[in-house]
Amino acid sequence: MDSFQDILFKLKCYWGERGCVIQEPYDLEVGAGTMTPETFLRVLGPKPYRVAYIQPSRRPADGRYGENPNRLYKHWQLQVILKPSPADIVEQYLDSLRAIGIDLTKHDFKLEEDNWESPTLGAWGIGWQAMLDGLEITQFTYFQQCGGVDLDLVPVELTYGMERLTAFLQGKNSVFDLEWAPGFSYGDVRLADELQFSVYNFELADVPTLWKLFELHEGECRRLLEAWPDYPEKKRFPLLAAYDQVLKCSHLFNLLDSRGAISVTERVGVIGRVRKLAVGVAAAWLEQEAA
Amino acid sequence: MSDFLLEIGTEEIPDWMIQPALKDLGRLFQELLDARGLASPALPIRLDATPRRLVLRARNLPARQADSQELVSGPPKAAAFKDGQATPAALGFARRMGVEVGALEVQSTPKGDYLCYRKQVIGRATRDILAEALPELILKIHFPKTMYWTGKGGPRFIRPIRWLVALLGEEVVPFEVAGVEAGRITCGHRVLGAPTVEVSPADYDEKLRDNYVVLSATERQRKIEVGIDGLLAGTGLRLKPDPALMQTLVYITEWPMPILGAFDAGYLELPEEVLVTVMRHHQKYFSVTDSDGTLAPNFIAVMNTDGDPEGLVRQGNERVLRARLHDARFFWTVDQRKRLEERLENLAHVTYQAKLGTYQDKTDRVVALVRALGGSEHAVRAALLCKCDLTTEMVKEFTELQGIMGGLYARAQGEPEEVWRAISEHYKPESMEDAIPATLEGRLVSLADKLDALRGCFREGLIPSGSRDPFALRRAAHGVVRILVEGNLAIPLLNLVGADEPLLEFFRDRVEYYFREVSGHRYDEVRAAMAAGYSDLPDLASRLAALQQVRPTQNFEPLAASFKRIKNILRQAGVVAPASAGVGVAQASACAVDPTLLEPGAERALYDEVNRVSGLVGRHRAGKDYQAALAEIASLRPQVDQYFDKVLVNAPDPKVRANRLTMLGNLLGEFSAIADFSEIVTSE
Repeated sequence: MDSFQDILFKLKCYWGERGCVIQEPYDLEVGAGTMTPETFLRVLGPKPYRVAYIQPSRRPADGRYGENPNRLYKHWQLQVILKPSPADIVEQYLDSLRAIGIDLTKHDFKLEEDNWESPTLGAWGIGWQAMLDGLEITQFTYFQQCGGVDLDLVPVELTYGMERLTAFLQGKNSVFDLEWAPGFSYGDVRLADELQFSVYNFELADVPTLWKLFELHEGECRRLLEAWPDYPEKKRFPLLAAYDQVLKCSHLFNLLDSRGAISVTERVGVIGRVRKLAVGVAAAWLEQEAA
Repeated sequence: MSDFLLEIGTEEIPDWMIQPALKDLGRLFQELLDARGLASPALPIRLDATPRRLVLRARNLPARQADSQELVSGPPKAAAFKDGQATPAALGFARRMGVEVGALEVQSTPKGDYLCYRKQVIGRATRDILAEALPELILKIHFPKTMYWTGKGGPRFIRPIRWLVALLGEEVVPFEVAGVEAGRITCGHRVLGAPTVEVSPADYDEKLRDNYVVLSATERQRKIEVGIDGLLAGTGLRLKPDPALMQTLVYITEWPMPILGAFDAGYLELPEEVLVTVMRHHQKYFSVTDSDGTLAPNFIAVMNTDGDPEGLVRQGNERVLRARLHDARFFWTVDQRKRLEERLENLAHVTYQAKLGTYQDKTDRVVALVRALGGSEHAVRAALLCKCDLTTEMVKEFTELQGIMGGLYARAQGEPEEVWRAISEHYKPESMEDAIPATLEGRLVSLADKLDALRGCFREGLIPSGSRDPFALRRAAHGVVRILVEGNLAIPLLNLVGADEPLLEFFRDRVEYYFREVSGHRYDEVRAAMAAGYSDLPDLASRLAALQQVRPTQNFEPLAASFKRIKNILRQAGVVAPASAGVGVAQASACAVDPTLLEPGAERALYDEVNRVSGLVGRHRAGKDYQAALAEIASLRPQVDQYFDKVLVNAPDPKVRANRLTMLGNLLGEFSAIADFSEIVTSE
C-alpha cells in the first residue's frame, strides 16, 4: 500500500516526466493552489507554461478541531497547470491515475459538470469534478478568465485532493488514519495543527488585530500599485511583492470570516477590496510581461 | 442516395444540456436541407447522444441538388435596343453572361420590360454543400454556457471538440472545426473502448457497442432498468422511482450499469427527506424501499462501466455515502441543540440580498405581511420561524433542504402541526409542476415570502428583463398566481401589489400566462375576462370558466361582434367606454337614459330587454353564477341585432343621439363586468 507521500511523489514524477516544472509550495497562506503566483499570474498572457506543485490550502472556516473524519482546516492540493491545455488532457489525467496504481477497469470514472469561480480573484473557468466510485478526487477546470482578463491561451488546471485520493487508495474512513509515511499516520503529523488552528481561528484570533493587519497589507499593496504607472524600469518593479500583499489580505479576510467578524453588509465590500487589488496586480503584470 | 452520419465528439457535456442541444442540431440541419433543396421528407433525421458525442443521421440524402434555372435581370428593354440594334448596354450584359445577345430574353415586370438571361444552374454535390455549411452549423448549436479552448477569440462550444465523424455513404465530408478534421474515426468508451475506431454509417451503432458505448438514450435507460430489476429480484426491495434522476444518469453514462449498495441501518433514524437528499443530490443514487414503502438501508448507484466483480465500486460508494451520512447525523444532532426561535438573532448575519437587507429584515416583513393577510397565529408563528433553518448546519451543507429542515426541526421541537407544515412547504411551488402548499398557513407564508421578494426587488429596480431573471421573480410571481387561484384565495392582487405600476404590469403578464399556458384558455377569452378585472384571481378563474362554456353557444359570438361595434361607435363619438376598467372589477358608471326620447320598436324593445336582463344578470353575478349571467346576456342578441338593423345611432337630433349613446354605453358597461366581449375574436 502506497503511503500519502508515496502517492504524492508518484504524481510529481508523472507530471515532471510530462514536461512540468515541479515547484514546491508557495510560502504564504493561501485558500487554494489557484491563488499562488504560479497559477494566478502565470496563466495570464501569451507565454506557455507547465507546472505542478503541492499546495497546503488553508480554509479557516472549514476547521473542525480535528474531530470530523472528513473535514480539515488545511488540506493538500496537488496543483497542475498546463498552458495551453493539450488536446489529450483527459487521457493524460487518466494515465496519472493509472500511475498511482488505480486500475480504471475495476472502478467507475465520471466527469461531472462543476464550473469554478473565484469572485475574490475575478476568475472563472469551465469544467468538472472527476468522480471515482462516487468520490470527488479532482477538480478539472479550463480557465477562461483570471484577474478579470480573458486568457490568451486556455490553461487547464487539475487540482487533486490528496487526502481524498489517499483515502480512496488506502480504503480509510478517517483522514487522520491515513498512512502518511510508514509508521506515521496523517493524524500523527497534522492533528495538533487542526486542533490548535481551529481554536485560534474560531476562538482566540484577535479581531481588531486582524482588521489592522488587513488594512496594513491592503495599504501596502495599494501603495505599490499607485507607484507602478510612473515607475521607469518596469521589469524591476516588485509586482510579485504586491501580489503577496493580496494573498495576505485574502487569508486575513478568511480568518475574519471564520471569527464571524464580517457583517453581512461588509462582506461584499471586503471581497470587492481584495478583488480590486488582485485585478490591479493582474493588469500590471500583463503590462510588465509585455514590456 | 447516401446515408449521412455526423458525430461531434467532445469532452463530457453536462447531462442537462444534451437534449436541448440535440434538438437544436436537428433543427439547424433540417433548415440546411430545406434551404438547399436536399430534404427527404419521408425520413426524419435521427438524433442520438451520449455525454461525449452528439450524433445526427439522415437517410437517403441525394448525391446532389437538382439542376435549376436562375433568371438574371439586365438593362431595360428600352435601353437595350435602338433602331432594332443592340446597344452597348445590351452587348455588355450579354458579355457578362458569356452569351450572344440572341440568347437573351425579355421579361415583363411591373416596372416595365427588361432584358434577362435564363442561366442554367447545375446542382451542387451534397458533399460539397455539407462540407461548406457544417462548420458554422456545428458552432451555432445553442448551449446555455460556452467556453473557448483553442485560445482567445477561438471557437466556442460547450466543451472542447476532440473528434468529428462526417460520412456521406462511405465518403468523408471534408471540413474542419477548431482544428479538428472530420473523418471516419470515432472513439470508444473512455476506459473500456478503443481510443480510435473506424466506422461507416452502416456499422456505426455496432462498432460503438463493441467499444462499450450504447448510443441510444432509450436503450441506456432500458439497460439501467433491466439491471435494477435484476439487482432487486428476490430481495423484497423496491426502487423509489425518480424520472429526473434517471434522465441524468442516462446522460452521464455511455455504458450504464447499476449496482446495489448498503448503509448502516442506524442511519434510518434520520428523516427520510435528509437521507434521500444526501443520496440523490449529492451522490446521484436511487433510494430503495421495502415492500411497505419505508426506506431501506440500501441505494442503487449507476456506474459508467461494465461491472464490479470485486465489489470495489460498491465499497467505494458505500464509503463516500457513510461519510456523508455521518455528517448529516452530526448536523441533525448539533442543530437540535438550538431551537429555531433562538436562531432568529443569527438571521441578522445572513444576507438576503444586498439592497434588501438581512434575513432578519425579511422575516420582519414577512411576519407583518402574513398578519396583514389575516393569517392565524399559527401562520404568523410559521412566518417568524420559516427562515431560521438557514443558519442550521444541515441547510448550510444541503441547501436544497431549506424549508424542509425547518419543518422537521419545528416538529421535533414541539411546534403545532399547522406551524411546522407551513414552514416545511413555504417555498412551494418551486416549479411549474410542483404543487402549491397544502395548508392555508403554508399558502399564506409562501405568498408573503414571494410577495416580499417581488415588492422589494421591484422597488430596488431589480426587475427581470429578457432571459435575465437572477432572483427568479417570474417563478415567484407565478407561485403567487397559482396559490391565489388554485388555493382559491380571494385576496385582491391590487392590495398585494400596492401602487407599484411596473409590478402590477409584471403580474398582468403572469396572470395572462397562467390562464393561457397552464389552464389552457383561449387567448382572446383571457383578454376579455381580464379586461373586466384581474385583481380577484379566483373570481377571474370562475368568469373564464363560464366564458369558455358560453362561447360555443349560438348567440354568443354574434353578440360579441355587436359589442365590438358598440365600442367602436362610442369611441368614434368620443365617449369612453366604461368597460376596460383594468385590474379592478369594472363598475358601470351609469347615466340615466331618458325613456321619453326612445323610439318605439327596436329601440324601446332593446331598452326594455336590457332592463329585464340586467336584473337577472345582476342576481346571477351576485351569486357568482357567471355562466347563467353570460347566457342571459347572450339572450340579448335578437334585440341587439334588430336595433342595429333599424336604429340610426347618429340621429340628427343631438338629444336623441346623446340618449342613444348613453344607452349603448350603459349596455356595454353593464354587461362587461364579467368579460369584455369586444375582446373576443369573432369570425365575422
